[in-house]
Amino acid sequence: MPNILVVEDSPTMRQLISFAIKRIPNSHVIEATDGVDALKKLSSGKVDLILADINMPVMDGLKLVSLVRGNPAYKSIPVIIVTTEGAEEDRKRALSIGANAYLPKPIQTQELIRLVNTYLAH
Amino acid sequence: MEKETGFVGKAEEFLQMFKKGEEFTKELLKENEKLRYRIAQMEESIQRSADEARIKLYENRIGLLEEELNSLKKRFRQVEEENKDFASKYIEVEEENNNLANLYVASYQLHSTLDFSEVLRIVLEIIINLIGAEKFAVLLIDEKTNELVPVSAEGMAVSEAPKVKIGQGRIGSVAKEGESFFSDDLAAGAAELNPLEPIVCIPLKIKEHVIGVISIYKLLTQKEGFTNVDYELFNLLAGHAATAIFSSKLYTQSERKLTTIQSFLDLLKEKPRK
Repeated sequence: MPNILVVEDSPTMRQLISFAIKRIPNSHVIEATDGVDALKKLSSGKVDLILADINMPVMDGLKLVSLVRGNPAYKSIPVIIVTTEGAEEDRKRALSIGANAYLPKPIQTQELIRLVNTYLAH
Repeated sequence: MEKETGFVGKAEEFLQMFKKGEEFTKELLKENEKLRYRIAQMEESIQRSADEARIKLYENRIGLLEEELNSLKKRFRQVEEENKDFASKYIEVEEENNNLANLYVASYQLHSTLDFSEVLRIVLEIIINLIGAEKFAVLLIDEKTNELVPVSAEGMAVSEAPKVKIGQGRIGSVAKEGESFFSDDLAAGAAELNPLEPIVCIPLKIKEHVIGVISIYKLLTQKEGFTNVDYELFNLLAGHAATAIFSSKLYTQSERKLTTIQSFLDLLKEKPRK
């Protein structure tokens, strides 16, 4: 059963992403409100994939990605960035830090499910 | 001599007979040959007619098989078309499902609280995350002054949003008429922000009563245009956001009044003790 960590400060987006993810058979969603909360959730259980926003209070998504990639215990977990930042330089920056994919908002549910399935299959 | 002549005559007669026999044998052989040839011909003819019958049978069978093949090909094409139809219907249903999920989440969130500022925050979240707007403001009608007053904004300061009289300009007209406005040029806001000229303006209505508007000035870079679900979301915002904003505003006001009355009552209760 894949555990997917959704890191998003907006409850609306968290609910929307969780709704989409739950359509993947046997998937389980873990919700976190920011980067620090995400690190706590990572240490308390097995996570197979992270979906993270960039602009969040306390700790943003890019900082979270660099910490995840720097930690041997989590560095192999695929990270998909879901953000309102649609500029090419933002995408490149996120990918250079270690994000696996970059999905600009407003999200297309089918595209999100396709990406999640792709990285879960890796 | 006579005996000799009789012997010769007999020999001659025998020779004649032998010759006749020979001729007869030759004729028999010839006839036999003819008959053999005829038998061979007849056998060949029988063989040929059997082959022809078989060929005809095979041809019939081939014809039937071809017919069957054509009908199978036709059925295959039909099934292929049906498959394509099902696939496109599946995509449509999936899309509709996703749209409904978006609308469900948006309305669920809008009615999840009675806190006025929380409701405004949720309205902003929906416009940013679900519609994909970068710069926009929420303006509510001040019943005392009869003008639209900005209460919340994203990508711009609340003070940057204008105060507009009902019926004045694009925003005022939307509030007066209660009809949404969509600019033909959605990229227009990308150049310079003109707070009086939104690219989209949605009235917030409770039935036919307008309580405010959502004024969108710029979309996210990656948002190229509006899809069906965006218009559904606009409709949802027009109705549900208005109800949520209105009821939360009333609730907050009544809460405040209740606290004041309660404090007043507490004060009255305390007085006789002194």
